[in-house]
Amino acid sequence: MPQTISIRIDGELVSALQGQTILEAAKQAGKYIPTLCYFEGLSAVGACRLCIVEVAGTDKLLPACTTPVQDGMSVTTTSPKLTQYRRIALELLFVERNHVCAVCVSNGHCELQNLATSLGITNMRHWYNYPNLPVDLSHKRFVLDHNRCILCTRCVRVCAEVEGAHVWEITERGISSRLTSGLNQPWGQVTDCTNCGKCVQVCPTGALAEKGWAVEEMVKQNDNISGLAHRKGGQ
Amino acid sequence: MRKVKLATVWLDGCSGCHMSLLDMDAAIISLAGKVDLVYGPLVDAQEFPDGVDVTLVEGAVSSMEDLHKIQEIRLRTNVLVSLGDCAVTSNVPSMRNPIPVNKLLQRVYVEGADEGKVIPTEGVPPLMKHARPVHEFVKVDVWVPGCPPSAKAILSVVTDLLAGRKPEANPNPKFG
Repeated sequence: MPQTISIRIDGELVSALQGQTILEAAKQAGKYIPTLCYFEGLSAVGACRLCIVEVAGTDKLLPACTTPVQDGMSVTTTSPKLTQYRRIALELLFVERNHVCAVCVSNGHCELQNLATSLGITNMRHWYNYPNLPVDLSHKRFVLDHNRCILCTRCVRVCAEVEGAHVWEITERGISSRLTSGLNQPWGQVTDCTNCGKCVQVCPTGALAEKGWAVEEMVKQNDNISGLAHRKGGQ
Repeated sequence: MRKVKLATVWLDGCSGCHMSLLDMDAAIISLAGKVDLVYGPLVDAQEFPDGVDVTLVEGAVSSMEDLHKIQEIRLRTNVLVSLGDCAVTSNVPSMRNPIPVNKLLQRVYVEGADEGKVIPTEGVPPLMKHARPVHEFVKVDVWVPGCPPSAKAILSVVTDLLAGRKPEANPNPKFG
């Protein structure tokens, strides 16, 4: 049995288990920390930096999803500084690729869009990048639109850790990073793909979607995926 | 009381934001009593006047004409409002941006045309390399995202501006 320890979250004393992350402890205590790349049951990668928190004793902002709790730790989940950095992280995601909400299948059901709304973002302070990115329509049931991918790697993780098919991977580096399937093949030619659609359902944006839906119609159904992951022995 | 000089302008957009502005039901009647609508697609004025208090800008900056217009408007406007996703993010007009302009025009006016296969140059302003948001060219004071922004959101912003208040942060600024 892991040892129970005490930490403070926003000044409130809460108990947590040794080995838990700040995010898990906060959730257990009913505290909200915004997340984007995190998906319960999958391994945490700390890629999006939305869940950054302030921890007393360090100037660094730490991702709550990958930072383990320590006895006596004092965590701040909301502050003007955190809001500022969370906004910057989101704005950079928006300008990096072509997120045209008005014509997106996930408009109104998108985690990226919802976070922008909840953080009060009204405009992007950086110049848009407008890269020329492909759309992979080769799969018979699903579509991959790189324009809307934020490289959160939820699809990579759910395919590897829950479905066990390892179809997805990130290729290239930095601004050239791309989601890729199989041996850098069109998705429809990847024989390892079981067509289960878990990647589509955990995708927070319209990057992975089912075919046949029009604007605003793609509502992701991922309530049961965390449960499946836990049964598989995930985190 | 002096009426507030209000202007609207339609750059690269679909006019949906102007439709949404007109969609505020009875509120538009009381609004009309408080403003002089001095320029825009809803009125006849040919020249953008000096000393405009508030200008609502719909659309992205996409052509050289848009650019000259918005620069001129900025000089003559006190409060500039980016109205709607095209002005705020460039939205749908930006979907042409990854394609080089000459290829785009070739595809539409030559390959895509049944007759008169020629790229128009007379009477139309040259396209810029990209359609981009208004605030990348001139200072913008207020942003109202949405495709289109709801009539309620527009009314709330305009009401605040008419009263000389800084518009309250829209509690639900929604893109798309």
